[in-house]
Amino acid sequence: METVRVLVLRAAGVNCDEETAYAFELAGAGAQRVHINRLIENPSMLEDFTILAFPGGFSYGDDVAAGKILANQVVHHLVEPIRRFIENGRLVLGICNGFQVLLKAGFLPGWDGAVGSKSFAELPVSITDNDRPQYECRWVNLEPVSDRCVFLTPGQRLCIPMAHGEGKIVTRDAAVLARLQNENYIAFRYVDAEGRTGGFPINPNGAIDSIAGLTDSTGRILGLMPHPERHIHRTQHPHWTRLGEREPDGLTIFRNAVNYAKSHL
Amino acid sequence: MNQWRIEVSSRKGFADPRGQAVRDELRELGITTVEAVISARVYLIEAEMDAAMAKRVAEELLTDMVCQDYYIGRSAIPAGPVAASIIEVHLKSGVTDPVAESVVTALKDMGVPNAFVRTARKYVLVGSITDSQRDLIARNLANDCIEEVIFGADAEPPSPHTRPYELQLRDIPILDLDDEGLLQVSKKMDLFLNAAEMQTIQAYFQKLGRNPRDIELETLAQTWSEHCVHKTLKSRVEMDLDGQPIHFNNLLKETVFRGTQELAKPWCISVFSDNAGVIEFDETDAVCFKVETHNHPSALDPYGGAATGIGGVIRDPMGTGMGAKPIANTDIFCFAPPDTPMSEVPRGVLHPRRIMRGVISGVRDYGNRMGIPTVNGAIYFDRRYIANPLVFCGNLGLIPRDKAFKHATAGDLVVVVGGRTGRDGIHGATFSSGEMTHEHDQIFSHAVQIGNAITEKKMLDVLLQARDQGLYSAITDCGAGGLSSAVGEMGAEIGAEVDLEKVPLKYAGLNYTEIWISEAQERMVISVPPENAERILALFASEDVEATVIGRFTGDRQLVLRYQGTEVGRLEMEFLHEGIGKQTRKAVWKTPKLSEPNLPEKDDYTSELLAILSSWNVASKEWVIRQYDHEVQAGSVVKPLVGARHDGPSDAAVIRPKLTSDRGVAIACGMNPLYGDIDPYWMALSGIDEAIRNLICVGARPDRIAVLDNFCWGDCNRPETMGSLVRAAQACYDAAIGYSTPFISGKDSLNNEFRCEDGSRIAIPATLLISGLGIVDDVHQCITMDAKRAGNWLFAVGLTKNELGGSHFYKLRGELGANVPRVEIARSSETARRIHRAILQGVIVSCHDCSEGGLAVALAEMAMAGDLGIDVDLRGQPCSQDCTRADMRLFSESNSRYVVEVPADRFDAFARLMLNLPFGQIGRVVEEPHLTIRQGGSILVQTDLNAIRSAWQNKIG
Repeated sequence: METVRVLVLRAAGVNCDEETAYAFELAGAGAQRVHINRLIENPSMLEDFTILAFPGGFSYGDDVAAGKILANQVVHHLVEPIRRFIENGRLVLGICNGFQVLLKAGFLPGWDGAVGSKSFAELPVSITDNDRPQYECRWVNLEPVSDRCVFLTPGQRLCIPMAHGEGKIVTRDAAVLARLQNENYIAFRYVDAEGRTGGFPINPNGAIDSIAGLTDSTGRILGLMPHPERHIHRTQHPHWTRLGEREPDGLTIFRNAVNYAKSHL
Repeated sequence: MNQWRIEVSSRKGFADPRGQAVRDELRELGITTVEAVISARVYLIEAEMDAAMAKRVAEELLTDMVCQDYYIGRSAIPAGPVAASIIEVHLKSGVTDPVAESVVTALKDMGVPNAFVRTARKYVLVGSITDSQRDLIARNLANDCIEEVIFGADAEPPSPHTRPYELQLRDIPILDLDDEGLLQVSKKMDLFLNAAEMQTIQAYFQKLGRNPRDIELETLAQTWSEHCVHKTLKSRVEMDLDGQPIHFNNLLKETVFRGTQELAKPWCISVFSDNAGVIEFDETDAVCFKVETHNHPSALDPYGGAATGIGGVIRDPMGTGMGAKPIANTDIFCFAPPDTPMSEVPRGVLHPRRIMRGVISGVRDYGNRMGIPTVNGAIYFDRRYIANPLVFCGNLGLIPRDKAFKHATAGDLVVVVGGRTGRDGIHGATFSSGEMTHEHDQIFSHAVQIGNAITEKKMLDVLLQARDQGLYSAITDCGAGGLSSAVGEMGAEIGAEVDLEKVPLKYAGLNYTEIWISEAQERMVISVPPENAERILALFASEDVEATVIGRFTGDRQLVLRYQGTEVGRLEMEFLHEGIGKQTRKAVWKTPKLSEPNLPEKDDYTSELLAILSSWNVASKEWVIRQYDHEVQAGSVVKPLVGARHDGPSDAAVIRPKLTSDRGVAIACGMNPLYGDIDPYWMALSGIDEAIRNLICVGARPDRIAVLDNFCWGDCNRPETMGSLVRAAQACYDAAIGYSTPFISGKDSLNNEFRCEDGSRIAIPATLLISGLGIVDDVHQCITMDAKRAGNWLFAVGLTKNELGGSHFYKLRGELGANVPRVEIARSSETARRIHRAILQGVIVSCHDCSEGGLAVALAEMAMAGDLGIDVDLRGQPCSQDCTRADMRLFSESNSRYVVEVPADRFDAFARLMLNLPFGQIGRVVEEPHLTIRQGGSILVQTDLNAIRSAWQNKIG
């Protein structure tokens, strides 16, 4: 069987590309880090890949707003090839800044053909400053919610770190939130170790309904604020010296993606 | 061209964190009449676009339409019954505006080319304020050095456009000047050169039979600055040590360097010669480490100064050998206590709380954006840092061992890459070498540099590719002194010629000297063999990084500077680098006559313990730590905060820099300025012992530890201050040899003094920061300081002595004392080796060093971090004979001590390993969340984890 190929997109200020590529490799894929200029020059190269990953970082310094400038670039240069990529049944993962890009470019939640410049200004969901208005780096627990999203294992709670200053999910109005809830768009919620939602620090940014990640209508796009690629080794857990051997939680997401790609694509 | 003004603010119902933060700050300033502050970001765009396009730009690019509103034009003050005023903060002309640069990029993507963009912040203050309050608010919202304030709704920001420069040569007549005249020239041009140096320069030009050009004098001043050449530490010294004369021909070479040289460790690859010290990591790679200070700029502009401090030190490993990949940051700060009353803050100085917040934000924003984990740090508070805060920024890099050296060759091209050159940072090197005064914020505002982390990150991404493709022959960073230092250094052996008009500028109007000495950030200089030029320029262009050929390395050992074909300067490299005369400095150290305070003994020391836990120096720095990304690059093994609830203070950090390898690097530091008030020799030794202990605690190999020095002192023209520096340098040599631990790099920042308006001076305490790195063979063997399991035994290793001098216990009572902690180096070194062996054998499950606050604080921290109780009887504590009192046993800060936790079934193995060392069983870990410290029948400390937590946490924030 052919290896699953992952394109990890680089751009000015993206800084989690290496470990994201490595996480996919650990999960059995072949990953290639590609600068966005190369993809814009030759969008058809996307066809050689089955997973597209937008890694974390500070694309273009998060100037104007987190992920905004890169989202603008994607909207104006790469919308069509990425839309085809998704329509062909392939997978897209956005982590932290990558999630912010997917939201602001309209791929998530991806309603009503929201991707593209015309409706770019009418997005239903966005992401803004944390309630505690500063950058925050801490470990959080995530409860998988959507049964549609191929990246998650139902029932398996994940302990992985978050690290961001703009991670609070906001919706345009209550109807948007209701649709996210009722139609299974919520991929992960922030919870405590026992699975209960709560205020800071359980929900570290004040996201509405404790939303930590979203999926789209196909379940093949996942965007999340915390960083699964930072828990792919036992010694990354903040109190690993108190724990025995165990599989690092973050790896699950990459394994699920690669296994799905292997069996479906 | 049309001009558009677009204002963006939070929509009603969504938070406005910046406005809220400003309102809170106003409360702190005592202004209570402002009910609310509404903040907006203002974009000023000059471009060929019509109203429809402007609307699209507002909606699609600048505004988050889910939670923000925009206004095209200048929005009026909201109507209503309450008075309101507007303050707008604009960047001064020429100041780097990263957001504006990104908007230009995005506009291009939207089909609007050639836009010119500026951004500003607008604040609407709801409530009535007086004019003087308004001015006070403005001073707090804007930094005079880089920002301009506009009041009201009608005023317009100043025009940003600058005029092009026309060449005007400037000779400086010095040939016939006497000493006084020479000094006047030095002062007038802010050269910071002394009479002897000016005479040397005069003699050189007399020999040439001409006067120097401004650019030549400036080049010499940069290259000969304290900052660049460390002339004090390298000077000849006549030392009087309590009446006994000691002579040094070169202080640094005979102390710090000498230790490293005598040790001649085969695993040291490059020491004291490059931008960072380099040691072996594994078979294929090396690690390099550098710590710099950015004190003066951080005093003037805490945010920008600290940001460019970290930005600058990251370029040190990037400019080491053929360029390293930055893998970790460290940050150590010294401030005055944040609760200092405003009335104690001298004129011309920012309040310590503002400095602290600015510095932390600056380091955070730059370090996080670079994608480098900030894994280690410390904050130290002392009133004497009020006018001279210290900002130490360090960076660790990973470099292939076969890329650890560089060699520029005659014929190579001089290529500048990265950011553009502007007027920022001019005279940074010379300015940082002098003392500060109350007028500095006016005179040296141009010495402040403004950073843009993404420019540096982009440059780094391409440089590493170019390095691996072997496209250049040498690299160095453009730091202090700008191009003058970078090109001057790189071409020192061969000579170079530079065409200054080729240097890409941020804006027009810079003269040739400004281009040459600007310290604009995010620039590196590489030397490129001509045959690689095309490939490397294309590589940089492919990721939108500017790279420009500006000259050539020649082979004639001359430095030749041209502007549009006209020669504007010429110096011999030999004179530039070797011409500076050696100076002799007088140094005196008189051991101060101090005595121990006479404090009554007490029965119970619980309140003292809690008070130390909540003191500025000891209290949790979690508020700061969590603002730094310490996880990026996915190599984190031992984090700054550890334990059951992730809130215990780790002794050191460990990272795994290669995703595919289990080998690690531990990073830690040691510093204790209070000891220096008693004796800088023991201060230095204590700092080194502490750094080593911290590394040992997490599992670093004692035979693979290297350290860095950062000397921050006052004015060393005063023999007493110089004498204190010499004492510390002597300790560095003794420690290096005694521990067999080499110094691999270092840096000094002298003249950390402030001259107040009334002429009085404030000098910082002698401050030596020791940063250490140690290799960990397998990170799975690392341990952490949190108590692990009820039932385990606790041991104290190392002797507790009657050494409360300079301790936090004395500090509580306003005492200094006399008995400063000393070090028995041989025994300390043996203890470290044994502890390490015990860690490798799995005999110890937690280990914590005893430092600030002594044994009592160490135990409290272990219990809290483990979320477990500790029950201790001090009768088992190994003590010296004169350590007779309970307060000494609890709080003495004697060096070389550890508390370790040993499972009961490892007791014998542990005891065998510790044979012949001072160690004793002091108690055990217990389930109940209490800390009890007794001595036989009497209970000295009795408290619980909640009380410990509430004392230790939430002090700083």
